[in-house]
Amino acid sequence: MPHLPTFRRPPLGSPLELLLLACSFALAAYAGVRLLAGDWTGVALWIVGAALLHDLVLLPLYAVLDRAVTRGLRAAGRRAWLPYVRVPAVLSGLLLLVWFPLVSGMVDRRYRSATGLSADVFLGRWLLITAVLFGGSALLLAARLRRAAKRRSPDVH
Amino acid sequence: MGRAPLAGHPAAYGRDMRDRLRLPSSPGFWRSPLRGPWFTSVLGLVLLAGITVLFVTGLVSYAAYNPGLSPVNDKTPDKGLLGFYLFAWPTGPVWLYRFTQGVHVTLGITLIPVLLAKLWSVVPRLFTLPPARSLTHALERLSLLLLVGGGLFEFTTGVLNVQLDYVFPGSFYPLHFYGAWVFFAAFLAHAALKTPTAVRAVRRRSRGEGHMDGAESTTAEPAAGAAPHPGSAQGPRAAEGTGAADVGRSAGAASGPGAAEGLRAAADGAAGEGRTGAASGPEVAKGARAAEGAGVAQSAGAAAGAGSGRAAEGVAGAGPGQSDLVSPCPAEPTVSRRGALALVGGGSLLLFVTTVGQSLGGAWRRTALLAPHGGADPGGGPNGFQINKTAAYAGITPADRHEDAWRLVVTGRTGTVRLSRAQLLALPLHSSALPIACVEGWSTADQWWRGVRLRDLAALVGHDGDPPDVLVESLQRHGAFRRAALRANQVADPRSLLALHVNGEELSPDHGHPARIIVPAAPGVLNTKWVARLTFGDL
Repeated sequence: MPHLPTFRRPPLGSPLELLLLACSFALAAYAGVRLLAGDWTGVALWIVGAALLHDLVLLPLYAVLDRAVTRGLRAAGRRAWLPYVRVPAVLSGLLLLVWFPLVSGMVDRRYRSATGLSADVFLGRWLLITAVLFGGSALLLAARLRRAAKRRSPDVH
Repeated sequence: MGRAPLAGHPAAYGRDMRDRLRLPSSPGFWRSPLRGPWFTSVLGLVLLAGITVLFVTGLVSYAAYNPGLSPVNDKTPDKGLLGFYLFAWPTGPVWLYRFTQGVHVTLGITLIPVLLAKLWSVVPRLFTLPPARSLTHALERLSLLLLVGGGLFEFTTGVLNVQLDYVFPGSFYPLHFYGAWVFFAAFLAHAALKTPTAVRAVRRRSRGEGHMDGAESTTAEPAAGAAPHPGSAQGPRAAEGTGAADVGRSAGAASGPGAAEGLRAAADGAAGEGRTGAASGPEVAKGARAAEGAGVAQSAGAAAGAGSGRAAEGVAGAGPGQSDLVSPCPAEPTVSRRGALALVGGGSLLLFVTTVGQSLGGAWRRTALLAPHGGADPGGGPNGFQINKTAAYAGITPADRHEDAWRLVVTGRTGTVRLSRAQLLALPLHSSALPIACVEGWSTADQWWRGVRLRDLAALVGHDGDPPDVLVESLQRHGAFRRAALRANQVADPRSLLALHVNGEELSPDHGHPARIIVPAAPGVLNTKWVARLTFGDL
C-alpha cells in the first residue's frame, strides 16, 4: 500500500488568545460593515492602502534618505555633523507631513472661503520654522566645533 | 579592480553577498541597533495611554452631538449598539467641549511621531516568515492589518478633516466614527496580548538589567548583563579602515570570536531552513540561552524569532536580547536609544506647541503657527474671532439677511409667530460669556453674547416653565448641519441664547447675522448661524 504523505494540521495556538481575537474580530466586523456601507471599495482601499503606503513607501523612503545622509557625511569625513542635520530634517519633515494640505496650498480656496483667513501664510511659516531649526542646529554645531578647537589649541601652542 | 582586495577573503565576500541579497523577511536585513523590545515597549505604552484618551474623547465628542435626539443630528443612523453609552450632553461647565475636543485633536496630532516611531520599530515583523505559525498567529497578523491600517486611517482622516481637505471616501463623521471602532477592536486585542510583555520589558530595564545606553555605546539590546555584540563592536572600526561599510561589517563579523561565528552560522541556518516547523524553534532558543555567556545571544535569539517566534517569545522573559526585534547584525549606531526617543519626543513637542494655541485662544493663538485656526484672527474688532464657515461659503446673501426680508419663524404648542429683528430686540435681552468650540479642535475664548433666551422664545409659543427640545433651521441651503436639534436641558439653560449681538456689536454676517444660536458646552455646529426657524416640541 502506498504511503500517503500525512497532512499535518496547523497548530491552533493559545485558545485564550484565539477567543480574544475572535471577540476583537466580532466587534471590528460589527463596525466594519457600517464603515463599508457607503463607498466600500474606497474605504477598503484607504485602510489597506494606508498600511501599504506607510510600510512600503514612506518608511523605506525616509530610511533610504537617512542612510544616504549618513553615508554622505561619513564619506565626507563629517560624521559629527549627523545629528545636526538629522534632527532639524526630521522635525521639519514631520511638520510638512502633518500639515501638507495647508503648506502645499492644496486646500487654499476652500480654506480661504470657509474661514476668512489666508492660506498663503502656511508655506512661509513652515519655511521659517525649517530655517530656524537648521539655523539653530548650525549654530550649535559651530559652537561645539569651536569649543573642540579651543580645547585642542593649548596642545598646539 | 575594485574587487581585488576582497579576493583574499572569500568567506567575508560570500557573507557580504548574502547580506546584500537579503530580503526583508530575513532578520539580517534590518540593521538598526535601536530596534528592540525596550524601545518598542516604551513607544507602545505611550500609545496605549494616548490612544485610549483619543478613543474616549472621540466617543465623548460623538455624544456631544446628541445623535440620539433627532435624525438631523445623527450622521451615523445605523450605529446600533455602538451608541450604547449615549447620554444627554450637559450644558456645563461651559468649556467642556472646548476641553474634550481640544484634547482629542491636539493629542492626536502630538501622538503622530510616536505612532510613526512605533511602526518603524516593529516593521521587521511585517515581513516575518512563515506568514503564520498557527491559526492564532494568522488571526493575530490579520488583526494587525486592522490595527495599522485602521490606526493610520483614523489619524489621516482626522488630520485631513481639520485642514478641510475632504478627500476621504465619504462623509467624515461615519468614516471616523466606525473607523475608530474597527481600529479600537484591533487595538484592544493588541493591548491585551502585548501590554504584559511591554511592561516587563520596561521594568527589566528600569531595574538596571538592561543594556548600556550611552550616546556612543548603543548597540542592539543584548541579553541581560551581556556585553555588546562582538561583530558590531568590531564592525565600525573595520568599516572605517576599509572605507566601505558593507565590507567592513562582514569583516567585523568575521573578526568576532569563534563562538560568534558558529552562532551566526546557526542563526543563518535557522533563518534559511528552520522556518518549516515550530519544532526547530525551542532548540535554537535553548542554544541562545546557552550562548548568553558568550555575549552573542542576539543572533540566535533573532534566529529563534525567525524560526519560531512563539518559542522566542516564550523565553523572552529570560532576556530582552532574544526578541525578534533585535537585529542579528546591527549596523554601527549613529544615535543612542535615548537620543532617538528624545527626537520622537521633540517631534511631539514641536507639533504640540505649534498646535495647542488654536485651542487655548487669546494671545496663545499666535503660537499655533501651522494649525488651521492658529496665527491671526480674521479681521479685528468685536467680531474678529475665528470663523468656521463664512456667510459666502454657506451661500448666505445680503438679500437673505435683509431687515425687510428676514423673519424668525417660531413654532410651538400654541401655534406660530413671526418676528422681525426689531421685534426680537424689543424682547428682554440677556448676556452670556460663552466660547465657540469646533469639532476640528480649535476654540475661542469666551465671547460676550447678547440676545433672547431660548426658553423665553419657547414660552412665547406656549411652553411655559418646561421648555421642550427645539429644531433649529438655518437660512443655509446646504451643509450637513443647516438643521440641528437641541435638547430640552440646552433650551432650558438660562445662558442659551438666540444671539443678536456679540462683544457689544451687531453680529457680523460671518458670525450669523441676523441671529444665531449660542449654547454652553455644545459643539460649534450646533450653534446654528443665520437662524430662520425654531420649532419647539418633543423631537
